[in-house]
Amino acid sequence: MATVSPAIGTHGHADDHSHGHHEQSFLSKYVFSTDHKVIGIQFLVTTMLMLMVGGALALAVRWQLAFPWGSMPIVGSLFGLFQNEGGQISPEFYTMLFTMHASVMIFLVIIPILAGAFGNFLIPLQIGADDMAFPILNMLSYWFMWPAMFCFAFSFVAGGATAGPGNGWTSYPLLSDLAQASPSSGNAQTWWLFGLTLVGVSSMMGSVNYMTTIINMRAPGMTLFRMPLTIWSMFITAILQSFALPVLTAAGFMLVFDRLSSLLPTDIHSVFFIPAGIVVNNAAPTVGGGQPLLWQHLFWFYSHPAVYIMLLPAMGMVSDMLACMCRKPVFGYKPMVYSMAAIAGLGFIVWGHHMFTSGMNPALGMTFMTSTMMIALPSAIKVFNWIGTIWDGNIKFNAVFLNCAAFVSLFVVGGLSGIFMAAVPVDIYFHDTYFIVAHFHYVLFGATLFGVFAAIQFWYPKMFGREMNDGVQKLHFALTFIGMNGTFFPMHLLGIAGMPRRYADPYLHGYLEHLLPMNQFMTISAIIMGFAQFLLLGNFAYSFFFGKKVGRNPWGANGLEWSAPSPPGHGNFDEPPVCYRGPYEYSSPEAEAMGQDFILQTSPPPAGFKKSSGHVH
Amino acid sequence: MKKFWALFFIFWPVVALYVCWIAPSRGWWFPSKPMSSLGHQIDGLFYLILFIVALTFIATQAVMGYALWRGATKKSTEKAMFSHGSHKLEIIWTIVPSFILVFISLTQLEVLANIRVISKFPDEARRAPIAEVMARQFEWRIRYPKPGTTLATEAQSGDLYYVNELHVPVSQPVMVNLRTQDVQHAFFSPKLRVKQDAVPGLIIPIWFEVEKAGEYELVCAELCGWGHYKMKARIVAGSEASVQKYMTDLEAAQNEDGVADAPAETEE
Repeated sequence: MATVSPAIGTHGHADDHSHGHHEQSFLSKYVFSTDHKVIGIQFLVTTMLMLMVGGALALAVRWQLAFPWGSMPIVGSLFGLFQNEGGQISPEFYTMLFTMHASVMIFLVIIPILAGAFGNFLIPLQIGADDMAFPILNMLSYWFMWPAMFCFAFSFVAGGATAGPGNGWTSYPLLSDLAQASPSSGNAQTWWLFGLTLVGVSSMMGSVNYMTTIINMRAPGMTLFRMPLTIWSMFITAILQSFALPVLTAAGFMLVFDRLSSLLPTDIHSVFFIPAGIVVNNAAPTVGGGQPLLWQHLFWFYSHPAVYIMLLPAMGMVSDMLACMCRKPVFGYKPMVYSMAAIAGLGFIVWGHHMFTSGMNPALGMTFMTSTMMIALPSAIKVFNWIGTIWDGNIKFNAVFLNCAAFVSLFVVGGLSGIFMAAVPVDIYFHDTYFIVAHFHYVLFGATLFGVFAAIQFWYPKMFGREMNDGVQKLHFALTFIGMNGTFFPMHLLGIAGMPRRYADPYLHGYLEHLLPMNQFMTISAIIMGFAQFLLLGNFAYSFFFGKKVGRNPWGANGLEWSAPSPPGHGNFDEPPVCYRGPYEYSSPEAEAMGQDFILQTSPPPAGFKKSSGHVH
Repeated sequence: MKKFWALFFIFWPVVALYVCWIAPSRGWWFPSKPMSSLGHQIDGLFYLILFIVALTFIATQAVMGYALWRGATKKSTEKAMFSHGSHKLEIIWTIVPSFILVFISLTQLEVLANIRVISKFPDEARRAPIAEVMARQFEWRIRYPKPGTTLATEAQSGDLYYVNELHVPVSQPVMVNLRTQDVQHAFFSPKLRVKQDAVPGLIIPIWFEVEKAGEYELVCAELCGWGHYKMKARIVAGSEASVQKYMTDLEAAQNEDGVADAPAETEE
């Protein structure tokens, strides 16, 4: 589609759109909408609410670790669940808390907020399309989140209110395979697997759409290397998602078959993950020939690339925002693209690093170690390029920039702690300790969520035509940043001290007893961080009604989306946009010739200005 | 205010480094020195990586802090530098880290082989596993071969059993066979720096050499159900003689049938 001639002839076509949408009913305009912007906002609001659910679960986990077997506020008394225990939760309830914290945060927050919310909202706007390639598929991808959320919610009670799914988000068999294995391995586990599969369906519909849209629907002049890095990251993420996800879906079905076929009165059972002769909780010995390690391979074949699915889009968006807030082009645009591609490619051959202690062949451990070490390289290149982007910029110290700077600063920690884990002998000590928990929270919270906080504020004016209050966002940033580091940095030390993950009461073990005060400090930090999120939600809601109205381009940014009205109508652009240059020409001589420090991708070259390379006309 | 935010980003890495610096003196560090021969090798690699990582952390945060400080002190009338990047810099910061990363990988290989590759296990350990450790919800069942025999894969009559306590001779490499009776568990002894998953259906040999007599924690490091946190056991290392005495006593206790050989006080 990167044709050279501006498609002036399609002007009338855009008018058709604006006529068409008058007749839409409320239901088809705001609820079952096929408009990518509405779907994006639906995803955003849903995931922000889920963020609070996941956060509440995390606070319950933290409470137990700070005040083990103490009376837990709210949970202890809610619905009389633990009234007879004096508000003291049960160990199986604790396993449910961390399992569902991870499941909600990963499957209902991070993945859908990046691809679902921002992918949907930004892809057509940034490439100059009037909508996604498959609008109905797009609508379905949102509405499949609801049955997924229903399944996850139902899994809380399917096995009894105090026995929700509690086998970890990784759900390793046999614990997750045999109903007798734990109170949470019954129906709760089956419903959890259904929820997981439905999230996968939703993501898959999204990915297909993103790839098709980005390949086919770019505006004239929007060549691949003029795409904003956000689009590159969404494109690469969609590819990752669509190649990795089928494996998880298949594995999920295999586990469901194992679980459900054992209920059948026939002799036909599947035993993909069940070896013979296993006696769980005095049940009859299993009959089988399966292999539990198979699940780990299949699960991580998806879930390691999924780690990058949860990170790459944030990397792309942060690159866009940093360039804008520093009024500078992104440092090393092409290395940024290639390093994202390298992360995605290597991402497929590093899954074994989750299994260094699993009993897999040590020769495999060596290959996985080397590939895992090498994936640190593109990550490092990206960090250096972000710092290069900040270097000597005319920095606007608003909350968008602060969140982006936090992204870079904290991603450094998450990246560097990963090196310890990539090294097999050192990982043997750190595996399944709090060091791992520290590492992935620095990546998923420290990097991704701070990127998301920035992105919410940055694109808010485009979503609603109003801006968010920057002062409140700065306060939210400061509290979240301090709370985040207070919660997660000490986890490195807990890991070094040998504290295993997923312990309802680590202090049962003498060598961990003295770590209780540190855990209490972390819990207080987590509570501060959790409550700070109400500032974000409040600001989001308040600004929707009372925020200052802004024009098309409040940040002085370059992307195509900033040439559209705020908020854009159905069909997005007044007239089909034409792209004349890359997205990061801040402070370029061309921009100066126009007397400003930015130049929209849609601005024709200023009169009398000649530039040769890679230019339309 | 701009300067405040620049200092904010310079301040936090300083706090983080300070906390790490004082951590060992506050007990926020390894539970003890490594108490096994492999543990020393693992800790050596840890400190090597820690050194490289700490330098990288300081350098990256310092450069970033400086960039922010420059941005904060820049007059808003000054324009930003217009640059799309530097080919030379990209090459430098691609090649240098890749050499470091390959170097780190190479340093790991030998230790990894020592820990995991069975043909590299010390001969005396490999010849005769001293015990089978059978994990189950939520305890460790230890099976020793009948004194004077070698450990068989399946239980033999005369084998000795004990729960949650594994006795091993000190200062010599020993091998145990790790199994699980039900779900997945992991054998984790923090002070010995040993960790290995017990996978249903597999028998996994692990070896270690305890350097000092004493008791060492053994915990579970793979989620195995509601009681995961309470799989508390210990590894007791003592002299060869004391282990043999323990086995003799254990055998006597196990064969105790309550039928008195001679008229003496009987116990129910």
